[in-house]
Amino acid sequence: MMEKRIRVLVAKPGLDGHDRGAKVVARALRDAGFEVIYTGLRQTPELIAEAALQEDVQVVAVSLLSGAHNTLFPKIVKQLAQKGLTDILVIGGGVIPDSDIPGLKAAGIAEVFTPGATTGSIVDFIKANVK
Amino acid sequence: MANESLKAKKEEYSAKVEKSLAKNPERINLPPNRLYTPLDIADFDYEKDLGFPGEYPFTRGVQPTMFRGRFWTMRQYAGFATAEESNKRYRYLLEQGQTGLSCAFDLPTQIGYDSDDPISEGEVGKVGVAIDSLADMEILFDNIDLGKVSTSMTINAPAAILLAMYIAVAEKQGVKADQLNGTIQNDILKEYSARGTYIFPPKPSMRLITNIFAYCFEQVPLWNTISISGYHIREAGSTASQEIAFTIADGIAYVDAAIKAGLNVDDFAGRLSFFWNAHNNVLEEAAKFRASRRVWAKIMKERFGAKSPKSWMLRVHTQTAGSMLTAQQPENNVVRVALQAAAAVLGGTQSLHTNSMDEALALPSEKAVRIALRTQQIVAYESGLADVVDPLAGSYYIEGLTNQIEKECWDYINKIDEMGGATAAIEKGYIQREIQESAYRWQMEVETKKRIIVGVNQFQMEEKPVEGLLRVDASVGELQTKKLAKLRAERDNKAVEAKLAALSEAAKDESVNLMPLILDAVKAYATLGEICGVLRKIFGEYKAQVSL
Repeated sequence: MMEKRIRVLVAKPGLDGHDRGAKVVARALRDAGFEVIYTGLRQTPELIAEAALQEDVQVVAVSLLSGAHNTLFPKIVKQLAQKGLTDILVIGGGVIPDSDIPGLKAAGIAEVFTPGATTGSIVDFIKANVK
Repeated sequence: MANESLKAKKEEYSAKVEKSLAKNPERINLPPNRLYTPLDIADFDYEKDLGFPGEYPFTRGVQPTMFRGRFWTMRQYAGFATAEESNKRYRYLLEQGQTGLSCAFDLPTQIGYDSDDPISEGEVGKVGVAIDSLADMEILFDNIDLGKVSTSMTINAPAAILLAMYIAVAEKQGVKADQLNGTIQNDILKEYSARGTYIFPPKPSMRLITNIFAYCFEQVPLWNTISISGYHIREAGSTASQEIAFTIADGIAYVDAAIKAGLNVDDFAGRLSFFWNAHNNVLEEAAKFRASRRVWAKIMKERFGAKSPKSWMLRVHTQTAGSMLTAQQPENNVVRVALQAAAAVLGGTQSLHTNSMDEALALPSEKAVRIALRTQQIVAYESGLADVVDPLAGSYYIEGLTNQIEKECWDYINKIDEMGGATAAIEKGYIQREIQESAYRWQMEVETKKRIIVGVNQFQMEEKPVEGLLRVDASVGELQTKKLAKLRAERDNKAVEAKLAALSEAAKDESVNLMPLILDAVKAYATLGEICGVLRKIFGEYKAQVSL
């Protein structure tokens, strides 16, 4: 039996236009054999949760460089939960100070990848933690 | 022939080196040509290729004496939280010897939403200052004489509105529009291809831009009406050649649009300015600046038939590469920034922003900004790099590299021309894909250690979290919301409605210049979100196509 390919939604919440990281990660995940859907810019938490539901993904990877992560990341987890998507692995990345990471993890973000993280480490984390 | 003898000797040298490579291999990921000689610039013609500074084709710089007269403008990009907070930072920077202002606006401002719009939640005051109306702008420039300072504003889709606010604040200070000095970024095409803060589709966006060109020619003649930006294209991952090629292609599109709108090329071309990235590879960057001036001069003179030398000049602001700052061992960034600043000065920039060492972690702290400014001052006063005009000229490598970058630039421009110009190439996703390809290649080189980044993939160490980072209080959103409620209660709402209705009508008629109507609305304290809302209704919104 062939293993089902892992499906990942790469999402850009908020108004931030920096999508170099999101696109590089999306492509690296695809090269690692995942199925990847990229939302494009300016997605609200509601839209991201809706896309996660529609696309039947196991992972939501959100990227934000504008500093609005403390507001927007937890909202995405909440929106997913409201749709009953509590099994989805949510990971985040961007310009995020170390001191914000414990709060984000408590809010349900499984891991936060900061500048300098390799795409390899993101692939490994997803493989080890996807439900 | 001397060249024949040199050729033979070069071949001898190359053969010898090739033989020894097995025993003494070279490092990986190097440029193919290891040694530049006169053979690499065999067709070099000093007068044609370089000429003199301040003269066509401006390879050596746009002013005759460059930094011997005065240094570049030292202009640190700043803005965060409220207008009050940012005003304090501007005054601090001016006290520290900065010579121009550069305003960073938050994302809601850049995308035309008020702070109390639900979509602005979490973003207010984060990446720049929140400006909702003329009232905020009055506070932002409180006690700063707009008749004396030059101000650069990183604002694109709503550039006409922020410029109108600036003109209105100046008027209240008693400064006439024709005395105002500064720049608006106003470059929508790179928003579609690389930066993401677009609002309207290309056609009405180009109309707003040409409206600004025409208005400023009459009313604000010293204003730089656009800063055609490669910076963000490079930050998104492009190479040096792609940075200038895609940007100059955008520049061609703006000139075309303005001519099509009935403007005379020499009436606006002298107010066009550019914005380059100063990346890590010092000599490649310096060559990039030189090549870009030569290409633009040829385009303006030969393609557009501009007569005034001012129209041929590529004047440029530079910022050091934010994407090259590392979160690891952030003090090392001071050294990176110093090298990048040196590259920009060797390239002959007109103004410069140096990044702060903590910017891979957060917005810069006051101390980090001061060190960044001091870095420029050290390059200016102590390094000697600014003492002679275009000091790298004549180097086999620099001239060879300048030619090579110019050629790569022309190849792209020709290709984009064939696609129907920059707007069409962006709509087809071509430019975005080229940038993404380069970004991915770079990342893979880092991950496979073909490219070493100190502290990131080599020379790492255990580090403690950095302390003293600047944090923008979440209450900024509430504060702005309260200010807006007060403004809406106290202003003459009938007047606001009338001005917005007039703007809406005018927007439907493509032959009308919208600047005077926007200025009227701004002066009546219509908010940025209200003005953009009116224009959104008439113009529609740009929908980006997503490609991976």
